[in-house]
Amino acid sequence: MDYKRVDITPEAEKLLQELKQQHGEVIFHQSGGCCDGSSPMLLPKEDFYIDDNDILLGEVGGVNFYMSHDQFEYWKHTHLTVDIVKGRGGSFSLDIPTGYRFLIKSRMLNDEENKNLNP
Amino acid sequence: MSYSAPKFKEKYGNFINGKFQDPIDGAYFENHSPVDNKLLAKYPRSNEKDVKSAIEAANNAKHEWGKTSASERAAILHKIADVIHENLETFAQMETADNGKSIRETMNADVPLAVDHFRYFASAIRAEEGSATELNEDTLSLIINEPLGVVAQIIPWNFPLLMLAWKVAPALASGNCVVLKPAEQTPASATFLAEKIADLLPPGVFNVIHGFGPEAGKPLASSPNVDKVAFTGETTTGQLIMQYASKNLHPVTMELGGKSPNVFFNSIMDHDDAFLDKCIEGAVLFAFNQGEVCTAPSRILIQEDIYDEFIKRVIERTKAIKMGNPFEESTMMGAQASSDQHQKILEYIKIGKDEGAEVLAGGGAAKLDGNLANGFYIQPTILKGHNKMRVFQEEIFGPVVAVCTFKDEAEAIEIANDTMYGLGAGVWTRDAHQLYQIPRAIKAGRVWVNCYHDYPAHAPFGGYKKSGFGRENHLMMLNHYRQSKNMLISYDKNKLGFF
Repeated sequence: MDYKRVDITPEAEKLLQELKQQHGEVIFHQSGGCCDGSSPMLLPKEDFYIDDNDILLGEVGGVNFYMSHDQFEYWKHTHLTVDIVKGRGGSFSLDIPTGYRFLIKSRMLNDEENKNLNP
Repeated sequence: MSYSAPKFKEKYGNFINGKFQDPIDGAYFENHSPVDNKLLAKYPRSNEKDVKSAIEAANNAKHEWGKTSASERAAILHKIADVIHENLETFAQMETADNGKSIRETMNADVPLAVDHFRYFASAIRAEEGSATELNEDTLSLIINEPLGVVAQIIPWNFPLLMLAWKVAPALASGNCVVLKPAEQTPASATFLAEKIADLLPPGVFNVIHGFGPEAGKPLASSPNVDKVAFTGETTTGQLIMQYASKNLHPVTMELGGKSPNVFFNSIMDHDDAFLDKCIEGAVLFAFNQGEVCTAPSRILIQEDIYDEFIKRVIERTKAIKMGNPFEESTMMGAQASSDQHQKILEYIKIGKDEGAEVLAGGGAAKLDGNLANGFYIQPTILKGHNKMRVFQEEIFGPVVAVCTFKDEAEAIEIANDTMYGLGAGVWTRDAHQLYQIPRAIKAGRVWVNCYHDYPAHAPFGGYKKSGFGRENHLMMLNHYRQSKNMLISYDKNKLGFF
């Protein structure tokens, strides 16, 4: 059985589908750094330049989830779940106006998962 | 002594062309205080129409403003500093209500530093000059500094007024007009400042647009009608803003945070004196501003032979941090700025525990009583682990520090530099050689040596690596906000002879 690196909660998926309806094709990119960093950013697909410096961690709710290569080096032993939290976040992420913010919940990948990850 | 939140109006406008204006489409958002989650006021939920109007006002004002003399601009900047100084208490209470940080920090750091920043740049532009060089006996090169024109500035919520001062003071000093977007979590002090200085500046020179990143930030950052974008925030939005700017070939400066190492060498324990006491405080400064500082010393590196003794004293000092009502002068640590931030920090504490980090202090949310029960409080937390753990690598932006040990200088440098970021660092030692050599080996823009969290206007600040580029503070900042016009003048009457 294949295991995923990233999943999404039903609540987050509901918000994601609403935002997809509103904005069309979107992607997640995991941010780092100051302030609202260390959170996933939902961006219009056309807006954000993705290249070999980014890694595709998987797909949640039909949306690709990316992270920069150097950041992934420090994250690769953890499983991520996209969730939402009520709150006024900042940044250019498309969820900001909704009053909810996408949030990453993490846990360690177990041995079984580590052996059978896809991708 | 106890303070309280200042009185707010029900709602505020954008500050455009010298006047407060309602958002064109009439939408507002609610701004709640993280102290108790109560509504403070409503601010415009601006869109591209409001942004366009602010950019237009700034462009209309830039020609006249750009022609003002350095002495005129300096006089105005001094008056702005005076206004902030005269209203210090109100600004401090506003920052505490809006951001949740303790009143003793806003009264003694945020607001006085903002005052000093305006004074510094007011003075700097009177003292500096362009240059004239005789390249040969007939050729003179003049370098004249010219403003860029209109600068878009997007600032964060951790020091709302101070980050405004860092960006707005040098931009105005160099003769630019500004369109500022404060963070949507902390719109209050920028609005209050606009109210207070409306008569000091010509209309259109200073504009404040409120709203959300994707709706107001994006049209501001991607506008072809601004001449520069300055941003403080996180890396993904940083890349996005650079992409927008690349479309217009506009210059940008980026300050994107860090994961700053605070390195303690064994010589600090040679004596139990005032300096050791300073070192202990230096380690506990991770909790300053609830850890919501781009340069927060969020990794403590301790030489292994002093680890047990030193960490014991750091834990004691951390446990003595008094949490409580941010408006009480004795409160040392207040609320996190927002509920999502609060949740994110708790998630990081959890992953730290999952990764096997040992909790030496704190380790969860802080439950406060009464009105504060709905606020967003976290216990100051110390996690012991190793540098490959995620809590050592990601900016948590909360009062959470990750501690590890090192054997010798080489290992200290290796761990300090094993990070994507390079904004700040601290080095603590009594060894004269280490005082110079270790800071030089650490790849970070600001290395505090035997001190931390000092931010004088006269010292340059900025990042290496993914912490961004460009500098803030210091007169070198002026050149990030202007062009160098070179006039190359020939006093030779004879032709070149080519044609």
